[in-house]
Amino acid sequence: MGAERTVKYEEELDPTFAETVAAVPGGEHLWDCIQCGTCSATCPVSLYMDRTPRQIVGLVRAGFRDEVLGSRSIWLCTSCYACTVECPAKLPITDFMFALKRLAMEDARYRHFVIPRIEEAFVKMVRANGRLTESRMGMKVAFRNGLRPLASLVPVAWRLYRRGRLRPLHKERMRDPASLRAVLGALPGKAKGASM
Amino acid sequence: MTEAPRTGVYVCDCGFNILGTVDVPEVVRYAGTLEGVSIAREYKFMCSDPGQQLIKKDVHELGLNRLVVASCSPWLHERTFRKTAADAGLNPFLFHMVNIREGVSWVTADKAAATEKAKALVRGGVRRVALQEALEVRREPVNPDVLVLGGGIAGIHAALTMANAGKRVILVEREPSIGGNMARFDKTFPTLDCSSCILTPKMTEVKDHPNITLYTYSEVVAVDGFVGNFEVTIERKPRYVREDLCTGCLKCVEECVYRDARFPNAFDLGLAKRKPVYVPFPQAVPLRPVIDPRDCLYLKFGKCKLTCVDACERDAIDFTMKAEQVKVQVGAIVVATGFKTFDARRKPQYGYGVLPNVYTSLEAERLLSPTGPMEGVPRLKDGALPKAVGIIHCVGSRDANTNAYCSKVCCMYSLKLAHLVHERTGAEVYNFYIDMRTPGKGYEEFYKKLLEEGAHLIRGRVAEVTNAALSKGERGKLVIRVEDTLAGFVRRIPVDMVILSVGMEPQADAQAVRRTLNLSCGSEGFFTELHPKLAPVSTATDGVFIAGACQGPKDIPDSVAQAGAAAAEALALVDRGMVEVQPYAALVDETLCSGCKICLGVCPYDAIGFDAEKKVARITEVKCKGCGVCVVACPSAAIDQRHFRTQVIMEEVAGVLA
Amino acid sequence: MTREYLYYPGCSLKGSGNPYDRSLRAVFGTLDLRLEEIADWNCCGATAYLSVDADTAVALAARNLALAERQDGRDVVAPCSGCYLSLTKAKVSLEADPALRERVTAALKTGSLDYRGTARIRHPLEVLMTDIGAPEIRKRVVRPLKGLRLAPYYGCAILRPYEEVDDAHTPTVLEDLMRTAGATPVDFPYKSRCCGGMLTSGVPGIGLRLVEILLDAAADSKADALVTTCPLCQYNLEVFQDRLRKDRPERLPVLYFTQVLGLALGLSEPALGLDQLLWRPALAVEVRR
Repeated sequence: MGAERTVKYEEELDPTFAETVAAVPGGEHLWDCIQCGTCSATCPVSLYMDRTPRQIVGLVRAGFRDEVLGSRSIWLCTSCYACTVECPAKLPITDFMFALKRLAMEDARYRHFVIPRIEEAFVKMVRANGRLTESRMGMKVAFRNGLRPLASLVPVAWRLYRRGRLRPLHKERMRDPASLRAVLGALPGKAKGASM
Repeated sequence: MTEAPRTGVYVCDCGFNILGTVDVPEVVRYAGTLEGVSIAREYKFMCSDPGQQLIKKDVHELGLNRLVVASCSPWLHERTFRKTAADAGLNPFLFHMVNIREGVSWVTADKAAATEKAKALVRGGVRRVALQEALEVRREPVNPDVLVLGGGIAGIHAALTMANAGKRVILVEREPSIGGNMARFDKTFPTLDCSSCILTPKMTEVKDHPNITLYTYSEVVAVDGFVGNFEVTIERKPRYVREDLCTGCLKCVEECVYRDARFPNAFDLGLAKRKPVYVPFPQAVPLRPVIDPRDCLYLKFGKCKLTCVDACERDAIDFTMKAEQVKVQVGAIVVATGFKTFDARRKPQYGYGVLPNVYTSLEAERLLSPTGPMEGVPRLKDGALPKAVGIIHCVGSRDANTNAYCSKVCCMYSLKLAHLVHERTGAEVYNFYIDMRTPGKGYEEFYKKLLEEGAHLIRGRVAEVTNAALSKGERGKLVIRVEDTLAGFVRRIPVDMVILSVGMEPQADAQAVRRTLNLSCGSEGFFTELHPKLAPVSTATDGVFIAGACQGPKDIPDSVAQAGAAAAEALALVDRGMVEVQPYAALVDETLCSGCKICLGVCPYDAIGFDAEKKVARITEVKCKGCGVCVVACPSAAIDQRHFRTQVIMEEVAGVLA
Repeated sequence: MTREYLYYPGCSLKGSGNPYDRSLRAVFGTLDLRLEEIADWNCCGATAYLSVDADTAVALAARNLALAERQDGRDVVAPCSGCYLSLTKAKVSLEADPALRERVTAALKTGSLDYRGTARIRHPLEVLMTDIGAPEIRKRVVRPLKGLRLAPYYGCAILRPYEEVDDAHTPTVLEDLMRTAGATPVDFPYKSRCCGGMLTSGVPGIGLRLVEILLDAAADSKADALVTTCPLCQYNLEVFQDRLRKDRPERLPVLYFTQVLGLALGLSEPALGLDQLLWRPALAVEVRR
């Protein structure tokens, strides 16, 4: 039986973490949180999270950077905005989750969940083509989850294909994706903690 | 100004408050060089006795005819030094106070800059005071009668206090009976006293008190006049029952053609029914029925067997009654109009009005009350006893989407409801709270009592109440989804009944009431007190006092305390026998007035009238509070203000900027 | 009266959401609403880009808005609720943050695009019920869907967080549309509870449970079909039913609101892409063709 310590010392916390996360519109409300738990109570996936949305907010305020960026919670958020609408202190919780995802993406230690991998694949396809070919995206995801779940999807995929809703041979793309890449490239670079 | 100014300038150290930042000796030296200044002195605490003696001595020995004290804010000590001047035989309005503390030493870090600023202000003050004129404070007599608006516990207590002091009190209540919201409660926290048992004796005292004139089913529609001399117009709604003839036997109610009660009873919040002729509750004061013209067949259609009239042995029913207006003269008014509860329909997440067995806390009081629709034992719509009840705190409160403030009483009354519900039904009770706020006397102990009784107190704000079941155990139940933040789990708790602890809000007509009385209100609509710490029951309108929940959410002990305080202040005002009216009134130069009437509209105190013959504006000095708006508004510069004459102000400004 | 709109289909409508695209064009055509696709639009960024870089996410969406403004500034109809939200969110962010607006408009300018922030983004459900309105639509209904019980599923994006299409807590516009089509909306407790979004693919253990909750409730309410407003919701609710209901034969058709309206307007099932669905609703003979 191991002896796991859960004490956290002040020097292990990051005092700038909260400011960074709060740099989204309405982010100043981060400090209005009264830890009521309405966000967790209304979130459809909070029961699957290792840390509930309320706990995430509390941890962000206190500077528990590693715990937050390493949690599953931020990736499970489907951005349904229920928490944002219900919050009595007007915290833009969904936008905080996006900000946390962005911060976690920058750090290789936190990118090993399946969701960030999917999002990276999405971004790659859009950069290349300007649009997404759903069926191809779906296949990339399916392959990541392993062969058995993939097998269970085949009958449905076949039926969708037959009905013209899955067209893996047709690449959905813009006329000139390079022009899109040029515009994106003209942005001043990944500004850390930029708005939103 | 008929004589040359001989001004005494006194600069206060105020301990270190001023001396620490301002070079007081330098300011004194400088003041001594100004024109018209006979003497300039420094002293540690000018407001103290020796400080004041210093001034008086100089007035006598040096023949000073003007005084300037440079120290703290006039709000604090203008009155002090005016009295000093008066004691020394000088007209108090030949004194001017210069603020070099709140305006200089407390807000300036740089000593050199602070000293220069102090010198500039003193210079302005010296030039101003030279042009000031002697003025007399006016004294007006005060009417000894008082009016109390609102017959809840606060109004009742204020009325009794003042009536016991020998004053004639007029108590005006909008509902057919006094008692307010407290009459609806079952038991009161933390003692669990029966609410009616402690309230009704006071109600009876009001009814029987020789000094109290009770106008129920009445509203104040106009207030005219000024402190000490108010004229109040009261509109009495027609009861269609003569109060003086009726004995309260209630045979008319029994014999009404409606065999069964059919109309929602407002006292029971619509949970019980009444007939068109009714008394709101059995202990009503006065115990006289009221006939509702929206429900009575005779008043609506002119056709009815009029069994009520037949049943009445005193011929007290009178369908010809009309609304009547009564005008009364009073010296002071105490406003105690109370509160209403937050409308729970504004939180659709909790299912109020849609899901069955969801009640507000006030409705729950009626269910728990022995005289209420369920005779004290709350049951579900199908008649069964609830096995589990959820009580949700903070409904409508502490929420930026509805009311941001905390309603103060809900935690205590929610614990009380938890106790009573469990006692009457045996149900498991779950309270869902954000923070447990129980700060009063005996309140923490009450919280402990509930913990020991086994109430399930769950720290978490409820997201929703739903009847959509996700498991067998949830079928047919109301499910509460909440994060149990202390235990660290999201939980779904099935209950049979939900009670919503709704917050307190100002009455729906609070805005109309405050306009009638010329009161301010805060952003949430509660009436504003004169000072949040030091003057909680007076208002910016002299002679009008506020008490109870109309000033902000509070419990019964605080409402009663405020009512007593308001009564005391009203008594102090009235017993003085006279009010001092500051001589700051504006005056119209009729030779310059063009009769444009712009000033009439801008006066917030309704103090300006129009002389139709001479076609000039006329200011009623007793109502004028000297705010100066008309002076500025007048396009002909025909209005000036005593003690703040345009010439005097410009001279002060010139002095500061010199 | 012909009304003209710009059309932003989004990536889904070219793929799994094809029936939505078909039925939307068919219904709009019948009601004299012209749709012109935005020339060379790009992916709206969805939620994926927001997880990677904020500026890029906004720029992606804003490029489409700038294209719309250049194309003449008609209202942009964005049928996919996810796209609708992405585009709206980008517009709101650009309005709220002047520094962001500067960076993004500068980047767009290098592509000869001038973002002015004037384009209006609208969801077709709101367009139909506001620009045409229920009374007018009712006049055009030739085959009222009498007796068809439909469960209204709004999804999240059109209601939250901006509440432009309807009130987030008590929405009714989808039920109004159903009634206008002569159908009967059932009491559905999860009108806007999350369908799982990308989790059904990424973390099926969680995503599929969210879908199951919705399907069970729809079945409990004895609905003949679920009606959706978003291609991802439609996909999630439809394609996993074999997996989730291995032990039961019944399957719940999941329709787009445009298909419901199209049937009532007298359009044929193939024209509305109903033959592309996995589960077809059982309609009275006089309604099918």
